[in-house]
Amino acid sequence: MVEWALVVNNILSLVTFLPLIGASVLLVFLRGNDPAAQLNAKRLALFVTSATFLASLVILAEFDPLDPGFQMVEERAWLGGLSYKVGVDGISVLFVMLTTFLMPLVIGASWGVTHRVKEYMVAFLLLETLMVGVFVALDMILFYFFFEAGLIPMFLIVGIWGGKDRIYAAFKFFLYTLLGSLLMLVAMVAMYMDAGTTDISRLLDHRFATEPLVVLGFTVVGGMQTLLWLAFFASFAVKLPMWPVHTWLPDAHVQAPTAGSVVLAAILLKLGGYGFLRFSLPMFPVASDLLSDFVFTLSVIAIVYTSLVAMVQEDMKKLIAYSSVAHMGFVTLGIFAANQQGIDGAIFQMLSHGFISGALFLVVGVIYDRMHTREIEAYGGLVVRMPAFALVFMLFTMGNVGLPGTSGFVGEFLTLAGAFQANTAVAFVATTGVILSAAYALWLYRRVVFGDLIKESLRHIKDMDAREKVLFAPLIAATLVLGVYPSLVLDLIGPSTSNLLDGYAAALDAATTELAAN
Amino acid sequence: MIVDDLNTVLPELFLAVYAMAVLMAGAFLGRERQISRAVLWLTVAVFVGLGASIGLAPAGAETAFGGSFVSDDFSRFAKLMILWGAAALLALSAPYLETHKLMKYEFPVLMTLSVVGMMVMVSAQDLMVLYMGLELQSLSLYVIAAFRRDSLRSTEAGLKYFVLGALSSGLLLYGMSLVYGTTGTTTFAGIAARVGEGQIGLGLLIGLVFLCAGMAFKVSAAPFHMWTPDVYEGAPTPVTGFFATAPKIAAAGMFARLVHDAFGDAVPDWSQIVALLSLVSMFLGAIAAIGQRNIKRLMAYSSITHMGFVLMGLAAGTAQGAEAMLIYLAIYVTMNVGVFAFILCMERDGQAVTEIDALGGYSEVEPLRALCLAVLMFSLAGLPPLVGFWGKFFVLTAAVEADLVWLAIGGVLASAIGAYYYLRIIYLMYFGEETQRLTGTMPVVHFGFLTASAGAMVFGMINLFGVEALAAQAAAALVN
Repeated sequence: MVEWALVVNNILSLVTFLPLIGASVLLVFLRGNDPAAQLNAKRLALFVTSATFLASLVILAEFDPLDPGFQMVEERAWLGGLSYKVGVDGISVLFVMLTTFLMPLVIGASWGVTHRVKEYMVAFLLLETLMVGVFVALDMILFYFFFEAGLIPMFLIVGIWGGKDRIYAAFKFFLYTLLGSLLMLVAMVAMYMDAGTTDISRLLDHRFATEPLVVLGFTVVGGMQTLLWLAFFASFAVKLPMWPVHTWLPDAHVQAPTAGSVVLAAILLKLGGYGFLRFSLPMFPVASDLLSDFVFTLSVIAIVYTSLVAMVQEDMKKLIAYSSVAHMGFVTLGIFAANQQGIDGAIFQMLSHGFISGALFLVVGVIYDRMHTREIEAYGGLVVRMPAFALVFMLFTMGNVGLPGTSGFVGEFLTLAGAFQANTAVAFVATTGVILSAAYALWLYRRVVFGDLIKESLRHIKDMDAREKVLFAPLIAATLVLGVYPSLVLDLIGPSTSNLLDGYAAALDAATTELAAN
Repeated sequence: MIVDDLNTVLPELFLAVYAMAVLMAGAFLGRERQISRAVLWLTVAVFVGLGASIGLAPAGAETAFGGSFVSDDFSRFAKLMILWGAAALLALSAPYLETHKLMKYEFPVLMTLSVVGMMVMVSAQDLMVLYMGLELQSLSLYVIAAFRRDSLRSTEAGLKYFVLGALSSGLLLYGMSLVYGTTGTTTFAGIAARVGEGQIGLGLLIGLVFLCAGMAFKVSAAPFHMWTPDVYEGAPTPVTGFFATAPKIAAAGMFARLVHDAFGDAVPDWSQIVALLSLVSMFLGAIAAIGQRNIKRLMAYSSITHMGFVLMGLAAGTAQGAEAMLIYLAIYVTMNVGVFAFILCMERDGQAVTEIDALGGYSEVEPLRALCLAVLMFSLAGLPPLVGFWGKFFVLTAAVEADLVWLAIGGVLASAIGAYYYLRIIYLMYFGEETQRLTGTMPVVHFGFLTASAGAMVFGMINLFGVEALAAQAAAALVN
């Protein structure tokens, strides 16, 4: 059938721009601000995100897990000699799925919004387009285009629908990430000049110079690769975020509305990790190798230090935010360990963190909607009145801790196994992070859920309603299924990651022989 | 042949004759408002029509008057932008002139004369022609800056502009005389021949520096920017909007013309001056704008930053750089038309408001206008997916290709700083507490320009409306 072929050939563009079309329809056609119009906006957004998810299932169905290259590639000429080129490989396909899977849940979690509902839904739909766009972009500038544009809706989401200090948080988030990514833009332009192309698949074959350079009197080992690597690092490290540039995250998380926190934790943070896998590691292998100890150090500090910081938080969202930083430390550890287990583990950890931290923010949202406070002190003994809530919260707490049987375990185990091969000492210290995460997560759970229900204000708190239960069901399923059957993911990403690693090893070998020859 | 020469300068000639005819007509027909109004809209139509006819003219270069004037793809591109930019601002100024009892036929006439000057500036192939165009432009602008005679601020702005403009003209003339003294000619071709002979002498170098300083004054690049905030603030708002569009194109075009046509073989000599001007402008504009509360002053500093980016393209000294510069200018002018369409309608109870705090909670009052302004602000900040990003992208690419990586890095740092004050306007409109409401209604012309400009910033991401190809053609005519 011709029509079906047309859909399949353009499926990535379809999935990317479907939410944008939904946002335009909402913006242009929906009038009024009465409850009926608000409900229509919510329904339309839910419909569009669900349709996007269904469309993205076609990507998964069409995806050939044995092919390590880019698939379903679409290419069209664009302005400035650039091209609109999209495609997916094993590394990106699951991130696309993660995004489309979570967005309907995010919209569902926003059913209680009453302030400027239309704009709210438009912002989230726009954000979905931009996030999917980042993962499917196969042109460097197109990647940047989506990557940076995502700041606009997120700025508005935090700023308009956020909490008390939302303005400070929105500006901090925006300026922090903008500064990081602008340096990346200069690096991209320099790469364009050097390689003569912005096509990612061709850049992956290009070898950037590694001869030492002298900049302002300093000799830069690894030359151009190191400089480019650092510029990309500035952007991705802020986005991920890594210690010590993580400080925007707790502010943004705490101030953002629940749905904003979910998107931030579950998807936006993954852009940084994805960037490392797409650009830093394969394009600048020599620099990645040179600087891996640097990344390890930052990662270990992130894991241990932010876990300790998480322990003393009094605000639930802040605690989860710090725990995100710690978990992202495992991701960078796995990526720069540069072996199969490390990278597979990093991708797995990112997906699993997407489900678990997203769910934890939703958990906090559930009780915040009832009590309008995130103070841990304000709760206690919720299990008495909210058994279903206690069960869900426990499941995701265990996932966060990395209990075997949940997806959190697989990710942490694989990254640590990978790190162990690369650097035993680092792996040793990082493993203490697992213990610390158990400490803060279980302690949080104990303080909120267990104990006696003595607080007067909690006497009449209601358990989760049907809508909330429905929201959690897919997340619970994903966490458990991936926890007991990780091959679902690993088989899909395996060929692409081993291809990446082969290229990485070959480039390092070539650089070593070159060095020996001189 | 004189007929061929006249044919080449026909657009300028036509506009000059038109201006004088209107002046005579106005003098004889009296000062009724209806006549002034008719003259204003007629002038808008003339600008638009002339722009279209220039835009549709066949490609290729024609010179006139012994090679002292050229009409090529570059000048045509610049003239098109000048004419359409001026037409837009003239159309936008009509309600303001009506309410402030300034609807006089001299206003469009002065604007026409300054436009003639600008068209001469971007076509000049001789220092004398260039100076003539520049002075015609400047004298007209001094007068319209002080057009609100009964306003202290306006006359002050006109006077300041005049004194500092005269100073910069003096610098320029001094540079010209040095260049003439060392090369013995005022034609660009003659100077280029002497520069092409090899080592550029000390006299010529000092002359070049003075020329660049004078040019920097006209494009309001730091450290020669001091007049900009005061004049922008004091001048009547439509005049401020006009300053931010057409004269900027003309000055940048003239700058590019001079350095490329006369000093094309001495790129390293002027490139470093321009690069420094660019860096200082970008940072100064970005940092100084943070403290501004008055939107006109804010736009003045914003224009300094943007001129810094324009000069970054010029500093590259390549055809690609010139192309980037032209694209940037086209985008910049489009954004400014939209922003000034908005500023002109910032009113409360019939009084013009220029404090940005008045925008608090504006998105609740006028969601569509607020959305358009937000789009323009994000675009001015240079964020993708809006078209402002592409302007930055092209100049950065040109700078990196010309080995000016330090300038490109400086530019992105400055634009991160500059993003703050654009964001603050968005923050006021969307997150801010509602203050006293702005009550101004928006005439359909202003609304049209605002939405069209914001729409162009969104839809331009697809192909930039083909401006890129035109700019490439224009740049190829300039740099060879």
